[in-house]
Amino acid sequence: MLSTAWILLNKDLLLEWRTRARLNALVFFALATLLLFSFALGPDSTLLARHAGGYLWLALLFASVLSLGESFRVEQENQCLDGLRLVPTDARALFLSKAVGNTLLLLFLALVLLPVMIALYGVTLSLSPLSLLGVLALGCMAISAPGTVYSAIANHARARDVLLPLLLFPLIVPALLAAVKATTLVLQGDPMGQLTSWVGLLSAFNLIYWGLGLALFPRVVED
Amino acid sequence: MSTSDALVLDDVSRRFGRRWALARLSYRLPRGRSLLLTGHNGSGKSTLLRLIATATVPTAGRLEVLGMDAVAEREQVRGQVALLSHSSFLYEDLSAHQNLVVLLRLLGREDPGGEAVALLARVGLATRGSHPVRHFSAGMRKRLAIARLLAQRPKLALLDEPFGELDPAGILEMERLVAELRESGTAVVLATHLVEQGLSLCEERLHLVEGRRVEP
Repeated sequence: MLSTAWILLNKDLLLEWRTRARLNALVFFALATLLLFSFALGPDSTLLARHAGGYLWLALLFASVLSLGESFRVEQENQCLDGLRLVPTDARALFLSKAVGNTLLLLFLALVLLPVMIALYGVTLSLSPLSLLGVLALGCMAISAPGTVYSAIANHARARDVLLPLLLFPLIVPALLAAVKATTLVLQGDPMGQLTSWVGLLSAFNLIYWGLGLALFPRVVED
Repeated sequence: MSTSDALVLDDVSRRFGRRWALARLSYRLPRGRSLLLTGHNGSGKSTLLRLIATATVPTAGRLEVLGMDAVAEREQVRGQVALLSHSSFLYEDLSAHQNLVVLLRLLGREDPGGEAVALLARVGLATRGSHPVRHFSAGMRKRLAIARLLAQRPKLALLDEPFGELDPAGILEMERLVAELRESGTAVVLATHLVEQGLSLCEERLHLVEGRRVEP
């Protein structure tokens, strides 16, 4: 399963690299979202810095809807998903490749947004950059796993662009809350030692939804 | 489970919404024989091919492919059957060579790069291997799709309108490839409107009208 997932992930990254359309659209969309938050709140730099973690994750969440939807569009074109199913390809490997691919894309986006956010919002980093990287990775994984399953489900629907956020947003509220809190603690300091609890919640969320994704995805892609 | 038949359709039906695409179809194809599917557009030919390929499941009835139950032993059936569909199953932004390499790697082949080059040469696309599929004509896509099917080395090849979108030279080439497939021991189920071409390649014929078997 892992070797198949690796082949499929390579294929997706190659497709992404050859077109780069999704990547460019995501970066500009997320940057625009960050800028809009700063315009909406005005020149109050204290307020911007205090809620920077929240704005970062909202920008990532909105961008993830574009990213997740696109990840199955390439499989819809020429019915490539049927082609993969009939090879046959392990559906769990397909889930892993898509979810890891979406995580990598979101993480890359987060790393692009980070310096912009620091410059725009006047944010300083209180804990180590590695802690921030860990929180970002866990948060991106938490969006990607259920997002990949719902994206595959919504892909069959006519109103897929509307359906995906409707299904995904309510589900990932706990993960979003944990990611925002953990990011804020990394940025502003953690005098009460709360970071571990939020990271624990994010990890548990990931464990559940990556496990559910692996278990349910074969039913999602078959008739 | 039958072992003497390549294909057993026992009262097979398939419904899409309220419409029956196939209705109570029964048929047996002996091993070593090839089947020509004929019928007008919407008669159920493509649905039957997709059922045999396990791309979809019957609403009712029992379907055996190469002695295996098409529902319960779906994965095993998929390992021995390949479908040339109306859809090419090709990634538009990958080159022809890359499309085949991805497939060959999934099939666990030892030298996917070399095998892909050989397959491209076999279908007359040797000089176009590095070109993205997006820039291919319909005929070139069909050739690449048949290369994809050949890569799977199936025991049963399902060909849905293989001559469509091909020029006269392409049709001759496709006839040669289908004949080669048959000589290599692959059973063929072929759906086409070009009955003359089909009859020259298949011993058996199944004519469908609105999802039902009728005498041609």
